Amino acid sequence: MEWLRMTEWSPYAVGIGIGLLSCVTFLLSDKPIGCSTAFSRTSGMLETLLRGGKVAEKAYYKKFAPAIDWEWMLVLGIFIGAFISAMLSGQFQSVWVPMKWAEAFGNTPVLRWVVALIGGIILGIGARWAGGCTSGHGISGTLQLAVSSWIAVLCFFIGGIATAMLIF
Amino acid sequence: MLKAIHEKKTPQLAIGFFVGIVFGFLLQKGGVTKYDVIIGQLLLADFTVIKIMLSAVITGMIGVHLLRSLGLAELHPKPGSFGSVVIGGLIFGAGFGILGYCPGTLAGAVGQGSLDALFGGLIGILLGAGLFAEFHPKLDKAILSKGHFGEMTWPQLLNVNPWLIIIPVAIGMIALLFWIEKTGL
Repeated sequence: MEWLRMTEWSPYAVGIGIGLLSCVTFLLSDKPIGCSTAFSRTSGMLETLLRGGKVAEKAYYKKFAPAIDWEWMLVLGIFIGAFISAMLSGQFQSVWVPMKWAEAFGNTPVLRWVVALIGGIILGIGARWAGGCTSGHGISGTLQLAVSSWIAVLCFFIGGIATAMLIF
Repeated sequence: MLKAIHEKKTPQLAIGFFVGIVFGFLLQKGGVTKYDVIIGQLLLADFTVIKIMLSAVITGMIGVHLLRSLGLAELHPKPGSFGSVVIGGLIFGAGFGILGYCPGTLAGAVGQGSLDALFGGLIGILLGAGLFAEFHPKLDKAILSKGHFGEMTWPQLLNVNPWLIIIPVAIGMIALLFWIEKTGL
């Protein structure tokens, strides 16, 4: 089982694995893999804690109820799966500032934290605006040959490349 | 038999959880839960993200359509509109470039200990998703519904057998991967 402890696998092995996993979800759950609605639901659940049951009355939460569902469990699973993988390879490490960021903008956690927060807000709005993320549109949608997803993923990368080039 | 499994709520939550664990494990082993790797892709210096996505799409596209041809699976393409996928896609892209994670890889990054993903990205995405839910009725009327084209796939649009698209797309993607390897990216 030495391969489970490796720090890195070939990107092609990982990609084929994700492709096969997609087949499993279509077969056993009749669902494509996706991640971003879980964040909407969590946001709705947290807002309900603060503001009570009227939050669920919002039109958007009638469509995506603020409750735990299949996709929410999947995102929780991602967190645990990545943790297991990092622990097995000895890569688990608390890091405030990623290396590439530190090289360009220094080691201050506060700056990276503020930028990550702003980036997260924009990403959260964009994911729900586009109706999916790099998983739901980028992988699951493109593999179903959905027109919406092909356009979305093109725009993800156009926006992402332009922004990253501007920042660095 | 499969229909019966699809309708059972608790086993479905367990399947979602298990699939997520494998997905997160694969993402971490692939290196795409790391900010450096994702930003490397967006700066066109490291093509790990594209290699993983394309090989996942090739495998999944063939596999899922095979299951469908055998009557074992149904497609669920997302409906779309230009107002939604083009504008939303560009906004998502901007956030992707600033944060350096996407929603799925962010969950994985938190799992491997990246604190910028936990305290910055995660809180940000939750705020962003909440803001979107708040303004959804207005956005829907003004922008999201513009240029609606519904649940459309390439084979439906071109009115051809899906395999006439799948095979050339798979060949094109494999050729692109060979080219990326040959260029040494």
